[in-house]
Amino acid sequence: MTIQELKLKSVRYRKNILKYIYHAKAGHTGGSLSCVDILNVLYNKVMHVSPENFSSQDRDRYIQSKGHSVEALYVVLADQGFFPEEDLLTLCRYDSHYIGHPTKKVHGIEQNTGGLGHGLALCAGTAIAAKKDDLPVRVFTVLGDGEMAEGSNWEAMMLASHYKLDNLCAILDYNKQQITGANADVIGLEPLRDKLEAFGWSVKETDGNDVESLANTLEHLPFTAGKPSFVIAHTTKGKGISFMEGVLKWHHGVPSPELYEQAMSELDQAEQSLLMENIPA
Amino acid sequence: MEIVETKNIPNLIVFSETLQALAENDRDIIVVTSDSRGSGKLVPFGEKYPDQIVEVGIAEQNLVGLSAGMASMGKKVFAVSPACFLTARSLEQIKNDVAYSDNPVKLIGISAGVSYGALGSTHHSLHDFAALRAIHNVTVVAPCDNFETTEAIKAAAKADHPIYIRFGKKGLPTLNRSHDPVFNLGKGRVIRKGADLTFVGTGETVWPCVEAAKLLSENHGIEACVISMHTVKPLDDKLMLGTASNGAPIITVEEHSVHGGLGEAIASLLFQNSCRNKFKIIGLPDEYTITGSQLEIFDHYGITDKDLADVAKEMVADV
Repeated sequence: MTIQELKLKSVRYRKNILKYIYHAKAGHTGGSLSCVDILNVLYNKVMHVSPENFSSQDRDRYIQSKGHSVEALYVVLADQGFFPEEDLLTLCRYDSHYIGHPTKKVHGIEQNTGGLGHGLALCAGTAIAAKKDDLPVRVFTVLGDGEMAEGSNWEAMMLASHYKLDNLCAILDYNKQQITGANADVIGLEPLRDKLEAFGWSVKETDGNDVESLANTLEHLPFTAGKPSFVIAHTTKGKGISFMEGVLKWHHGVPSPELYEQAMSELDQAEQSLLMENIPA
Repeated sequence: MEIVETKNIPNLIVFSETLQALAENDRDIIVVTSDSRGSGKLVPFGEKYPDQIVEVGIAEQNLVGLSAGMASMGKKVFAVSPACFLTARSLEQIKNDVAYSDNPVKLIGISAGVSYGALGSTHHSLHDFAALRAIHNVTVVAPCDNFETTEAIKAAAKADHPIYIRFGKKGLPTLNRSHDPVFNLGKGRVIRKGADLTFVGTGETVWPCVEAAKLLSENHGIEACVISMHTVKPLDDKLMLGTASNGAPIITVEEHSVHGGLGEAIASLLFQNSCRNKFKIIGLPDEYTITGSQLEIFDHYGITDKDLADVAKEMVADV
């Protein structure tokens, strides 16, 4: 898939995230918008996983540690053909499988997540089992920056480097905000790269809202043979909607009808300009 | 005879030997430890099957999360850690990563109850039945002797869903198998028959129940039934309701808080089925226990053959 096609997908994913959150009147808007480019690149460019190979033991595994940004995952999985996109009209409705955190009841989802600080240990277990069986499986997770305060993440970080799990890649959606405010004010993460490297991971930093940078960063894994890979993906919470970007209240804010129209019109314009760029001269 | 074997081997040793036997023919058997291979008597396992043991260090949350990930890949994972840490420190990992996601991890709580008697309440697990009973999709098992331990471990290896097995480290006799020669998860075993009252024990408290029944028979002509309710959840409703139907008193005995364990599970079942037998829950009271050896603690709180026989005698006399 070309970078131009990936860019177009990101815009369309953002439109769907907003559409279904607006319809459900619930969702983690800001975080879904910040991590969707990462999911886009993972599913369309990096991972070997699809509805066709989902029952194969050889498939790559994706476990979303920041479970609350599930709307981004649903939208991407629907686009991959795991389920009809219209299913998302039931998002957060009575008895729907499409609830506010990932569950295995939804085709394409590997593990039930939502409690923070759980994804990395699950991934490490998956990765170590794959190595024991000599399977070519790679394991990916997207972490939230707020959940990096969970001690369980650092337990898993220690283990992953101890066991040289270079089939494991963690990507931090580093939008630098959590529900209370800036990470730096809540509980500081910095110097993050030093900490990750001290825990034995091979670390790269990238613009996590730029599909081209992400694709280039994730093109060759592992970053270092014998080490787990960590991507610090610098992102913007609420990315793509002018009035949401970096504004705390959109952590789980649902737009009013007026703001929904405005947001969709911004995304329509972005889509149009990408389509214009695509027209051959 | 209620006691058929008196070599008094700890369940812990039997657990380790059973796992080694299973691992010999199945490379998917994996043991995960949190600096607990010595406590779990798993050093020989590690020497024999170095590729089938994973050490996580003293990190119980990671122990359980990692085990869930491995189980999702088809490994038969035994996550082994002292019961006190396994079921408290990593309770959220048990709930979310194991039970909710239905990754069939075999959670092995070693040195359970007050096995670590003198080490104090940090090391006691008197909450584990209660905590895990309230979490959907975990079978909770406390085997009473070497036979039940071996069978429980074999059943766990085959289980498609999460299971928790806890036992202590004291040497135990093997109890009578003539009434119930077969071990099935979820099915209590009658160790001794008797119509005057019923003791329902689980884990290491079944033995004092058997001894109490002998005292009652020898000294007072009271014949007690003794049930090993090795599976605390799901409870063997059929066996309990059948037992209660004779109207005789029932005494439950467990190495657990009197809150939320086997006794309350049975009380709830019986009351909701209109059984009004005289009923007594014996366990550890709602306090941080005195310390001492496991047997001294049992003695202090009345979990001995003599104390149980005394309670039984009074209840029978009072019917």
